[in-house]
Amino acid sequence: MPVAYEGTYGMIAEFDTPSDLVRAAKAAYHDGWRRMDCYTPYPVEEAAEAIGFHKDRVSLITLIGGLMGLCAMFSLETWISTLAYPLNIGGRPTYSWPAFIVPAYEWTILFSGLSAAFGMIAMNGLPSLYHPLFNAPNFRTGATDDKFFLCLEATDPKFDVTETRAYLDSFGPNSVVEVEY
Amino acid sequence: MAMKEIKTEDPALGAGIDPKTGEFRVVDLNYTFKSVTAKIADIVLTPHTSLGWFALFTVAGGVATLVLVAVTWLFLKGTGIWAVTQPVGWGFAIINFVWWIGIGHAGTLISAILLLFKQQWRNSINRFAEAMTIFAVVCAGMFPLIHVGRPWLGYWLFPLPNSMNIWPQFRSPLLWDVFAVSTYATISVVFWYVGLIPDFGTLRDRAKSKFAQFAYGLVSLGWRGSVRHWVRYETASLLLAGLATPLVLSVHTVISFDFAVAVIPGWHTTIFPPYFVAGAVYSGFAMVLTLAIPLRKFYKLEGLVTDRHMDNMGKVMLTTGLIVAYGYGMEVFMAWYSASHWEYFMMWNRMFGPMGWSYWMLIACNIAIPLTTLWVRKWRTNMTFMFVMSLIVNTGMWFERFVIVVTSLYRDFLPSSWGTYRATKWDYMTYIGTMGLFTALFLLFVRFLPMIPMNEIKMMLPSAKLSPKKPAVGAGD
Repeated sequence: MPVAYEGTYGMIAEFDTPSDLVRAAKAAYHDGWRRMDCYTPYPVEEAAEAIGFHKDRVSLITLIGGLMGLCAMFSLETWISTLAYPLNIGGRPTYSWPAFIVPAYEWTILFSGLSAAFGMIAMNGLPSLYHPLFNAPNFRTGATDDKFFLCLEATDPKFDVTETRAYLDSFGPNSVVEVEY
Repeated sequence: MAMKEIKTEDPALGAGIDPKTGEFRVVDLNYTFKSVTAKIADIVLTPHTSLGWFALFTVAGGVATLVLVAVTWLFLKGTGIWAVTQPVGWGFAIINFVWWIGIGHAGTLISAILLLFKQQWRNSINRFAEAMTIFAVVCAGMFPLIHVGRPWLGYWLFPLPNSMNIWPQFRSPLLWDVFAVSTYATISVVFWYVGLIPDFGTLRDRAKSKFAQFAYGLVSLGWRGSVRHWVRYETASLLLAGLATPLVLSVHTVISFDFAVAVIPGWHTTIFPPYFVAGAVYSGFAMVLTLAIPLRKFYKLEGLVTDRHMDNMGKVMLTTGLIVAYGYGMEVFMAWYSASHWEYFMMWNRMFGPMGWSYWMLIACNIAIPLTTLWVRKWRTNMTFMFVMSLIVNTGMWFERFVIVVTSLYRDFLPSSWGTYRATKWDYMTYIGTMGLFTALFLLFVRFLPMIPMNEIKMMLPSAKLSPKKPAVGAGD
């Protein structure tokens, strides 16, 4: 792991259109950049593909959460109805599993939904109220509004303050800004 | 669906028609990324709150105090202040509960089911439809809580360890309801919040005042729009939509089990689950229209919530209305076909008994008026007509719940136990009060949260399309 440039998070280039961003991101990835990210005001799937990000593990977490909810509720119902507090309801068996399906089903959905939402937030490293990118003067006004950013990070072995700036400039962005910590 | 024969130039339909599909455009093409942000965010961020908002909020808050008074008196006196007694043991509380939950269902349908079907027009209306869902569930959830009579023992509904060593009975649909509705409320809030996170980021970056920056910054969790985040975000949204879809269908199904599992004529039918769900969506879309029509007028959102939305919502109402009509027809048919004396009498009494007026109100409001007029496209895009129609359908759906609950109960097997039902002023106060509560909550939402998802609208704009052929100025490779 190369040492990051002291005091520099990376270099961001600002683009006006998603097409320009995707083109630049593709080229940078092709040229061997790996520690990079794109920032867009709405999801641009092509940009994620361009920087080689294909798989996320939200679905797996959701599945695990859902199965946990299912097992938790079904076993709770079984334990309550057969051991903890058996009741005779119209002579039905205490282990009347068809009736247990409904709450178990609801808890499957409850746990999967919570896992999907909180799993997504946690894997995104949120909440993180501070981020070096917010120091860039044009990031705050554009990234969540109408501008598209490509960031080449200082932790990448190819990073060099002057060369990277020139490299990003060659894509014809609105501006290239050095991001400080 | 596409009506190709309609000319783009047709002045009666305005210029909002896409010549390719013959449908109304989903978004006004004059919008850009920047103007979408400005339009939606500035409604929230403006330091100027219109007097109309304050006036409405005062009225809504005033009406909401009715529920406060009624519930206070209820807690002091007990459920005896309501009209529930033998033979009608379920009254306004369950009627209003089912009605409000049903209204909420359209929000989930728009945000989840239409997302799965890739119906992009939903993007403009899903945020406030979801808000409507949550506030409707708040109003609905209140009723089961207060109707238990001793609300401080409400925790008995949940499987919580307690010193009495007693546990809930899992074979009852009423307990299933507890899980269905609590899950529904939780997932709706989570889904809504996940959708709001990126927009909170936009508000944080756009806000001028320090307090707004801090507050929106906090709830945005530091969202910065990284595409890696977006990918996970999109997966999570899709999964939540996939989960909310069976959930919303199950919630009203379980609610219909509350009735259908009982052996009362008029309740004990297998058609209840689909018919309840269709009715829920029917009334929910009506409520979305009731809210959307004034909203888009007051905030001048016609370019984002276009005639296409009104047209499509009219079509959904027509479809679900027809399903509901089939349900009514089937109920009558089965009453005759079952050859059961009790079923037959129940239906006769429902139509022509002393409370028959409520059945005909329901037929008029849910079938006769909407299902004859919603076929006409010109009327579906006439806002006055649609607004009135939405109120009629909501009234009709309330009467449906009333008819199901009351007219099935008030004349049961034994003529000696027949009675009637007349709601007390406390019943009415609680019901009308929840409407005030709902409106007040919705007004707060409109003032403080972005009512249209900015990022989802931006996705639909033509400028969001990638143009691989046009080379960028001075492309580096």
